[in-house]
Amino acid sequence: MMSSDIQIVLPEILLSVYAMAALIGAVYTGKDRLAAPLTWLTALVMALLAVMIAGGEGAREGFNGMVVDDAYARFAKVAILLSAGAVLVVGTEAMARRGLLKFEYPILIALSVVGMMVMVSAGDLIALYMGLELQSLALYVVASLNRDSVKSTEAGMKYFVLGALSSGLMLYGASLVYGYSGTTLFGGIIGAANDGHVGMGLLIGLTFVLSGMAFKVSAVPFHMWTPDVYEGAPTPVTAFFATAPKLAAMGLFARVMFDAFGNAVADWQQIVAFLALLSMFLGAIAAIGQTNIKRLMAYSSISHMGFALLGLAAGTEFGVQAMLIYMAIYLTMNIGTFAFILSMERDGKPVTDIASMKLYSRAEPMKAAAMLILMFSLAGVPPMVGFFGKYAVLNAAVQSGLTWLAVAGVIASVIGAFYYLRIVFFMYFGDEGEGVQTPMAPAAWAALMGSAAIMVLGAINLFGIEGAAAAAAAALVN
Amino acid sequence: MSVADFAFYILAITTVASGFCTVVSKNPVHSVLWLIASFLGAAGLFVLLGAEFLAMLLIIVYVGAVAVLFLFVVMMLDVDFAELKAGMAQSVPLALLIGVILLLQLGSVIGVWQFSDGAEAARAAITPAIEETHNTMALGQVLYTDYILLFQLAGLILLVAMIGAIVLTLRHRTNVKRQNVVAQMHRDPAQALEMLDVKPGQGL
Amino acid sequence: MVEFFTTTNLGIFLLIVLQSLAVVVPLLVALAFLLWGDRKIWAAVQLRKGPNVVGAFGLMQSFADFLKYVLKEIVVPAGADRFVFFLAPMLSLTLAMTAWAVIPFNDGWVVADLNVAILFVFAVSSLEVYGVIMGGWASNSKYPFLGSLRSAAQMISYEVSIGLIIIGVVISTGSLNFGDIVMAQDGAGLFSWYWLPHFPMVFLFLISSLAETNRPPFDLPEAESELVAGYQVEYSSTPFLLFMVGEYVAIVLMCTLISLLFFGGWLSPIKALPDGIFWLLIKIVFFFFVFSMVKAITPRYRYDQLMRIGWKVFLPLSLAWVVLVAFFAQYGLFWGAYARWTVGG
Repeated sequence: MMSSDIQIVLPEILLSVYAMAALIGAVYTGKDRLAAPLTWLTALVMALLAVMIAGGEGAREGFNGMVVDDAYARFAKVAILLSAGAVLVVGTEAMARRGLLKFEYPILIALSVVGMMVMVSAGDLIALYMGLELQSLALYVVASLNRDSVKSTEAGMKYFVLGALSSGLMLYGASLVYGYSGTTLFGGIIGAANDGHVGMGLLIGLTFVLSGMAFKVSAVPFHMWTPDVYEGAPTPVTAFFATAPKLAAMGLFARVMFDAFGNAVADWQQIVAFLALLSMFLGAIAAIGQTNIKRLMAYSSISHMGFALLGLAAGTEFGVQAMLIYMAIYLTMNIGTFAFILSMERDGKPVTDIASMKLYSRAEPMKAAAMLILMFSLAGVPPMVGFFGKYAVLNAAVQSGLTWLAVAGVIASVIGAFYYLRIVFFMYFGDEGEGVQTPMAPAAWAALMGSAAIMVLGAINLFGIEGAAAAAAAALVN
Repeated sequence: MSVADFAFYILAITTVASGFCTVVSKNPVHSVLWLIASFLGAAGLFVLLGAEFLAMLLIIVYVGAVAVLFLFVVMMLDVDFAELKAGMAQSVPLALLIGVILLLQLGSVIGVWQFSDGAEAARAAITPAIEETHNTMALGQVLYTDYILLFQLAGLILLVAMIGAIVLTLRHRTNVKRQNVVAQMHRDPAQALEMLDVKPGQGL
Repeated sequence: MVEFFTTTNLGIFLLIVLQSLAVVVPLLVALAFLLWGDRKIWAAVQLRKGPNVVGAFGLMQSFADFLKYVLKEIVVPAGADRFVFFLAPMLSLTLAMTAWAVIPFNDGWVVADLNVAILFVFAVSSLEVYGVIMGGWASNSKYPFLGSLRSAAQMISYEVSIGLIIIGVVISTGSLNFGDIVMAQDGAGLFSWYWLPHFPMVFLFLISSLAETNRPPFDLPEAESELVAGYQVEYSSTPFLLFMVGEYVAIVLMCTLISLLFFGGWLSPIKALPDGIFWLLIKIVFFFFVFSMVKAITPRYRYDQLMRIGWKVFLPLSLAWVVLVAFFAQYGLFWGAYARWTVGG
């Protein structure tokens, strides 16, 4: 354990030390009265860490290769930290209004973020698993934070049981991989698959690990938990589920595929392509019948994960770059959309019915316009940024010869556009309904408007994210 | 058959048979007791492998603490397991099918199993030679040096589990008279007792 | 002849059986007199005479009791789970005996010289709780069940602090073997034993072991005033005897542990005198006397107080002590009193 090792995981250490200090501090002083300031403070700490990480350079390995600090890890970590911080800030007021703002909430989120950071920079199967469990365990708890609601408890329970199952699958695969290659280090595993020959043990292990990770990114056919958990969890928590953990899981996915199984691209490519195809279509089709906007967003996220996997399925540097860009755009859109969803209420009670948004544009033209932009962007309608994300992954797929998959993606995207546009239709045309109020804290308002603005303005140059994503992808695929 | 072989078969049979009984036993308390027997068998197998430290930890942690809590829950909850199992009977064919498929798959894996060329060397590289140090010390030596990061992460996971358990169960109910231990201990007879001279027929 | 016992399988087996008998038989005989002593001490504190009819000074009282227990009829409550009901007391006694396998009585006088001996004792004593739970549950009766739940919670709670205290000693020694732990205390006699550097923990250990063995003032599981006799209510004759003997064996084991861990085991307190099993026995008897006196002079705790002390006082204290000892040992503070790693290696 050298100081250089410590340096590599310094952001993680700082965040966990902050979380523990905050926990002790809050327990012995104000408890839940401190929750709101603590949430802001946590977001601030995350933002500072993001700045600190963004300043890093080069690629380093620590703890005998168990953790890796390269451009890819930094890109993912910055995105995770920023989105987690943003969701915390956006959701604070809504949590407080529902009486759910406990001081443990930001602390659990912070610890979960530590897990995510470990996930994306893992260089070892055990580190990967530790990061994954740290992240998931905290999420199981926040999912059932609203103990008085049966749905919330159910969400936590379902998430926990299925999450444990997926962890089991992954561990099983990991043990097979270890059995075959004799090491848990990604560097050693990639060596074991050398000269293009992949042993049966490694292949089966790879499949199991892949299924475990597909659970975490909620790719079909491992998506069953997503709608129920999204619906049951308190909305600010759902917003969190839809953002940072998805990126972390995706980051981990790419990390394992390229770092550990980079010599067996052809073997996993078909599995990932299959996952992508199913996710895109199921996400698009199943969402059509939904009346609850949280469930709808769950299917939407399944579909989006399908597109992100499409980039990964390409198996090239360009594909990874496309995936990263797609994920970054997805995060931004989702923060904005959820900022709106978590403020939806009627007579002080949260509503999540899509029909309640009928003729919303008459009451709140500004917010309706922002939602219009976000929905168009989620659907991938051309002038919005969402289109460029889709274009990037489809392009990557075509370039690596998966034209059929790209065509399927276009079809799925057209089907999926239906339900996004249905929301827009409700807001602008529809008939008279019960209506919905959306009282927003300044932070949520800013997130909604900001995210919508990015969706329009970003069309010019995507805020230069392409360069960072390219550097990240280059660091991962070599 | 050497003594070690004999011990292995005894322990292995105990472990597997107890595991089987855990599943088929009708009484849930018996199930947990069989589970404990299974754990003990597994601990014995660890000892045979020369991993006595792990064996003891298995007993202390799983048998001595975790299984006791299992037992508590099973004894105190009034769950009619027969009823639960009745519903399960419908899905038995499906479960069997999945089980058989999994078994076949595993069989095929074992059938074609091979190690990568460097696997033996890679495995041996981490562990110190068994002649030099016994396994408790070997474990300590790698746990706090090579694997310190993972060890600490495991600690964080446990912390999260603890916070989670508290967040989800602790309720500060209002209108409940709570015990204040310090106040209780500092009560003395002078404050707590009042001596009254009650006149006959008058009362207080 | 020697070859037969050291090389052939049968010989080794016979040797182990003989060694085990050499530990168990004297232990049980000694227990008969310790029981008698327990009652005498208790009686003396209460200004009674205690057992004084059977044999000289009532010395044979325990044997008479033994016969009484064995000859009486075994009553099994209706609705009891017969298998578990009888398994529980047997388990209780067997486990209490098992732990003695790794206890050394003198340098090298040990049945099984494990290098994780202390973990073995700890593991076995953590299993003892099953005798109590199973007994309480299998009786199919309310009081035993309540008693067994209480007792299990109590034993688990105090095991935590006992474990942490032991870790402190283990850190100082650098070994989990009892022989090493005792030899690490060798040196200037009385004052190089672990009771001095680990002074506060000696008391914590003593109190925790009272709670762990369900001895007064922590005999809440039995609590005859509220639970009649806890998990033992429905037990009679031989099964009850097994429970009681198991309990006393566990108590003597705890006395032995205190002697080994903190008071130098078989080492003599004064350097000039020779070491030997004699000293260990004296120490064990002394601590048994302490247990008896505590039983005689303290009132029973309330259950919530018991749990509060266990979790809110003992656990933090012993945990803090582990951290402190680790710090002292690492930096060799206090003239290396906390770091005696030369023995363990």
